[in-house]
Amino acid sequence: MNLFDAAFWSRFQFGFTLTYHYLFPQLTMGLALLLVVMKGIALRTGDRRYDEAARFWGRIFGINFAFGVVTGIPMEFQFGTNWAAFSKFAGGVIGQTLAMEGMFAFFLESSFLGLFLYGERRLGRVGHWVSSLLVFLGSWLSGYFIVATDAWMQHPVAYTTLPDGSVQLSSFRALLTNPWALWQYAHTMSGAAITGAVVMAGVGAFYLLTGRAVEHGRLFLKVGVIAGCLFSLLQLFPTGDGQGRLIAEHQPTTLAAMEALFNTAPGAPLVLIGQPNMAERQLDNPILVPGVLSFLTYRRWGATVQGLDAFPPSSWPDNIPLLYYAYHIMVGLGTIMLAVLLVAVFLLWRGALARTRWMLWLLMLLIPFPYIANTAGWMTAEIGRQPWVVYGLMRTAQGFSPEVSAGNGLFTLLGFMGMYTVLTVVFLFLVRREIEHGPAAASTAAAH
Amino acid sequence: MATLWFAIVALMLVIYTVLDGFDLGAGTVHWLVGRTPEERRLVLRSIGPVWDGNEVWLLAAGGTLYFAFPPLYAASFSGFYLPLIMVLWLLMLRGISIEIRAHVDEPIWYAFYDFLFALSGALLSIFLGAALGNVIRGVPLNGDGYFFLPLWTTFRVTGSVGILDWYTVLVGVMSFVTLASHGAYWLALKTEEPLRGRARQIAAVLWWAVALLTVVGLVATVWVRPAVLDHYSRPGAGWLIPALVVAALAGMAFYRARGRDLAAFLASSLYIAGMLGGVAFAMYPTLLASNIDPSFSLTLANSAAGAYGLRVGIMWWVVGVLLAAGYFTYVYWSFRSRVSASGEGVY
Repeated sequence: MNLFDAAFWSRFQFGFTLTYHYLFPQLTMGLALLLVVMKGIALRTGDRRYDEAARFWGRIFGINFAFGVVTGIPMEFQFGTNWAAFSKFAGGVIGQTLAMEGMFAFFLESSFLGLFLYGERRLGRVGHWVSSLLVFLGSWLSGYFIVATDAWMQHPVAYTTLPDGSVQLSSFRALLTNPWALWQYAHTMSGAAITGAVVMAGVGAFYLLTGRAVEHGRLFLKVGVIAGCLFSLLQLFPTGDGQGRLIAEHQPTTLAAMEALFNTAPGAPLVLIGQPNMAERQLDNPILVPGVLSFLTYRRWGATVQGLDAFPPSSWPDNIPLLYYAYHIMVGLGTIMLAVLLVAVFLLWRGALARTRWMLWLLMLLIPFPYIANTAGWMTAEIGRQPWVVYGLMRTAQGFSPEVSAGNGLFTLLGFMGMYTVLTVVFLFLVRREIEHGPAAASTAAAH
Repeated sequence: MATLWFAIVALMLVIYTVLDGFDLGAGTVHWLVGRTPEERRLVLRSIGPVWDGNEVWLLAAGGTLYFAFPPLYAASFSGFYLPLIMVLWLLMLRGISIEIRAHVDEPIWYAFYDFLFALSGALLSIFLGAALGNVIRGVPLNGDGYFFLPLWTTFRVTGSVGILDWYTVLVGVMSFVTLASHGAYWLALKTEEPLRGRARQIAAVLWWAVALLTVVGLVATVWVRPAVLDHYSRPGAGWLIPALVVAALAGMAFYRARGRDLAAFLASSLYIAGMLGGVAFAMYPTLLASNIDPSFSLTLANSAAGAYGLRVGIMWWVVGVLLAAGYFTYVYWSFRSRVSASGEGVY
């Protein structure tokens, strides 16, 4: 196979545009939840500060949402433009979830976003809370349909194969209740909530460290740290555990590759650090915790876990080192975040968080971590599924558009890269401005 | 069942064109209707709360097309690869230019995003029209159900055609003029003087271009693909659509002249629905014609998804579209008044 063939550029472009896109929805889905909570607290207690906080985060939300919308449009279209053979093969099944996302989620969120962002006076307090709830519902529904689509590619269910080779839906209910979709959804959404919470706490820490907007900063810190800690726990257990056990059961090759477990062994260790050496088929410089992988997978310390040697190399994921690193970065950063947030919640409980400067520094510097961890998590899922585009049914190498040449693929990839570079500059400029202006200015603007 | 889904997808595309058409058209003409940054801001306010929802009709129509006719989605999206990706870029620029213009209070910032807004609106109208022209003309679909078209070749409609030839460019121009006029009717409906007067003046001038291009486009279409007339030779439905288009054209001029902005806008919407509905009526049951061999054409018979999936889909689609209709009614009702410099709004 030629490394830089048409299929390569289609994969590169899809991976690039998707990774970039998901930087925005992970924040908006997380913030949508926190906005509902904050508006709800303001409604119940009458505490105006929560309304002001929601206005500030509403502005950040609005910018992120706009970038999420525009970078999301190419995703659906690329199923057709770059993955035509896959779409022809699987459209009879995943067309359901993709079309439902448009009908049930996009209409809902796009209709009420404007009312939420610009209609606070028009709607009144209760109406405005309802609009935030509808935007939250829309964005979390959207997440479900997309995860259900991906889950079907990971673990195909509810289909029959036709004589022409394509698959068609056989059970609507089974498609929507795919066990893979349920666990993956819980894990993904909890990850998004962590992004929202950590960003909120980090901005609060920034305000306290710089002595600006101190009162709002404390509030951001409180909401962010509590929510972040809660969802970091959920991320580990039960959602991460449930997801992992599905992989162990249905994608054993992927599990072995994620852990760089080259040889089948009883009492398989958990790898903390080490570099996969594909030539020697071993892990260089490993730091291991004996027996833990066996325990996590089968709940027995001495259980045998199948290594890569148990499967033919043609069924191995085609980039094992990257898969291994993505997985370990996700778990590593998740563990660090959980540890920091647990200590932060403890300090909050003792009433010492706002004056513990080293913790404020840590929380501020934590902001990139959930983005990296969520991205690495999706890379684990998608690289782990290789060499299949639909696990066990269609290989990625058979899924791309046969008529789109490498030259055309590279042309559009470069275009996307240029476009996204510009978008990044504009985005950072706008968000920095909002943070600079602060929560007080956001409320003044809303009053005009 | 497949016929029903054909009608549903066609309906969704018509709704998209009518709704997002006025956003694009408003973009195309906004620098003529609004002369100062403040006036142009009013144009944006008139579409600000609705444009994103309008655009969702395109995504939902695309998703529904994917769901109901996977081979058509696969063939057309990969075959029109380059122009489709460019449409994506333009949609991104359009959305960004609307959403972030108001974030920075600087004339130079406004000027840049106003330009981007007009450019992306105009180009999108042309591209979407050219896409329709390609579907009418036919594409070199092969026996595997795929094709690939370069952006242009010889600009002729026979032989090895490109995306752009004299016919598809003509349809692109038609679309550009029609949507610009549609946007002008919208702005006449949603703004106050002096913007309203300027918008009506633009609509008045463009009416002649729309009427002329309707005739030219019809003649050209019959010349490029005579088969489009087959369905129209039958009495009844064959007469209804042309009658609708003529009535809509008359209504646009009649109501505009009497200052009835809502009626004129609805007539313009009816004109678009009639023209697109007319194309769908002429094409049925062919979805995408092959100009290599008619047996390679994608039709309802060889492109529809499985019967079970289509049956299940009807149930959720009806629920979904009723919900969407409810949201749209509510949002349009909430923002029903004309926008004014003193009114609320962030754009």
